Amino acid sequence: MIYNIPFFTVIALIAIGMYAVIFKRNLVKIAIGISIIESGVNLFLITLGYREGGIAPIFTNLPPEITPSDIPEKMVMPVPQALTLTSIVIGVAVLALILAFIMRIYKEYGTLDAREVRRLRE
Amino acid sequence: MNWFITHSPALLILLPLLAAFLMPIIDKINKKARNIFAILIFIIVEILVIILAFDIIKNGMHVYAIGEKNPLQTIPGQAAVPIRIVLQIDAMGIFMGIISATVCLAASLYSLAYIEEGKGKGKFYTLLLLILVGMLGMEFTGDIFNLFVFYEILSIASAALIAYSRKGEASEGAFKFLVISSISALFILFSIALFYGQYDLLNIAALAKNMKYTHLDKIALALLVSAFAMKCGSVPMHFWCPDAYSVAPSSITATLVAGSQASLYALFRVCFTLYGVKLDLQLIGGALIIFGLLSMFVGVTMAIPQKDIKRLMAYHAISQTGYMLLGVGAGLYLLGKPEFDSYGIRAMEGGIFHIINHAMYKGLLFLTAGAIFYRLKTRNLNEMGGLAHRMKYTSIFFIIGALAIAGVPPFNGFASKLIIYESVYKISPILSIIAMLVSILTLASFVKVFHSAFMGPKIHDVEEVPKSMLIGMGVLTFVIIFFGLFPGFIVNNLVHPAATALAEQAKYLQAIGG
Repeated sequence: MIYNIPFFTVIALIAIGMYAVIFKRNLVKIAIGISIIESGVNLFLITLGYREGGIAPIFTNLPPEITPSDIPEKMVMPVPQALTLTSIVIGVAVLALILAFIMRIYKEYGTLDAREVRRLRE
Repeated sequence: MNWFITHSPALLILLPLLAAFLMPIIDKINKKARNIFAILIFIIVEILVIILAFDIIKNGMHVYAIGEKNPLQTIPGQAAVPIRIVLQIDAMGIFMGIISATVCLAASLYSLAYIEEGKGKGKFYTLLLLILVGMLGMEFTGDIFNLFVFYEILSIASAALIAYSRKGEASEGAFKFLVISSISALFILFSIALFYGQYDLLNIAALAKNMKYTHLDKIALALLVSAFAMKCGSVPMHFWCPDAYSVAPSSITATLVAGSQASLYALFRVCFTLYGVKLDLQLIGGALIIFGLLSMFVGVTMAIPQKDIKRLMAYHAISQTGYMLLGVGAGLYLLGKPEFDSYGIRAMEGGIFHIINHAMYKGLLFLTAGAIFYRLKTRNLNEMGGLAHRMKYTSIFFIIGALAIAGVPPFNGFASKLIIYESVYKISPILSIIAMLVSILTLASFVKVFHSAFMGPKIHDVEEVPKSMLIGMGVLTFVIIFFGLFPGFIVNNLVHPAATALAEQAKYLQAIGG
């Protein structure tokens, strides 16, 4: 049960983010929602990559109690961590761009309400 | 030459990527040199893609393991599975690559005059090159996480260019586009995590080999299909399309069409290669057919009342995406059955042929809309009229594009639509009837546009657009007429290999080995 808590957190984060994106009218809140979904997905990746008692695959920095015969079992493939780092970097770029768009919209429309930001539909 | 062919998959992605980041420096030194450099890079990429296409059609699939001493060795010495990022280009991938490179070349030529100097044109070309990198990367990669990364490069560069005019409306369209893209990208990342958690693999071919089609895989499939369908603008996730397409600069709208098709390609790749025959083919194929029919019908009916010329064309883009989904969905529906070899593969050929045709004529139509906007500074059809008196070449290009989209011979739209009608008729006649009806409505809508924009008395005293814009449109027109006159040649040499490459999952898996 205790090991499943991160997965429940992932579900909760994604659900909260989806709620914010779909139902909130404020554009900044939509951006926050996207950011929350992204944290949920990142947490999911990190949780999948966790191995109990695993060590980082750096041969020059092995803990002293590890013998070479332990290495195949103990060393963890760091792919999920690498994926998460990439995803965080991409997330920062997306968030910066969304906020820049929100700034432009606020300057021209004077509002952040999604119901009023609809000049294109007229 | 041999070295060159071997490394061309990596070069094709590396070259525009390096050029994109050199662009701001060259922009600082000399404006003219920047323009020449940008066009040169697009031309080189186009030539490289065509050389690689010849080689792939002749000698089969290309694989390229990035960072390996011998790039053809996809599985390193002691490992059992591919660990490095592998680029895997089959006939379908290079087919899409030709579309992306051609549309980007036309857009870059067109932008020489269309985008004004002094408004960050250097950055414009940087982002246009990044769009090309994103599209080519998505189409060439054999690694699902790499697909996600290139998808994001494509989305971010496109969103920045949609908002290029820096008006409030442009930001509104770009905001919608970016929200949709980033949510769909997170869907993709979540399904990648589901795959990695089960199989410890990221390579598409290796994943497909081990695919057990568990409940988690079904969830991943639903997420991937909805994410890519959202991004390719199929109904019911189409609402961002008209907003983003109408506010972007016209040359960018043409590349956005090609970008949506890169997502469509990813959708087909996931369905055919990643899952393949393990899928519940009737269900997924049927779902694609229904998505296709809905897109066709909703798109065209929404297009008819529009007054904004680019919004109208954007709704037509949704409707044409429906044809591709219908054709390839029919192929997926029949995959693995005896009927597949007789008319299933034909339906797929029709759908795939329609992808390239649509990129060409829709790109051309958006460019002509941009030419009108360039002179009149309006997109409202009611304020236009009598343009054929002065803008002769633009009106000829528009007529060709409009007839091609409506499926009138001898233009390319006719060829692909006819293949689709013939083949889906054997599944159910209703499908063909709806497809033809949509075609007629498309023609009606474009007759209206032609009449209100180009016919009538001379209201506006305007001049023809600059030469570089005409050359940009001319490139696409040439392709449309060529494809319309020799459809058999294109289908046999380009489309048929692409369709078989998509249908034959086993070949894609063998190329990786292990």
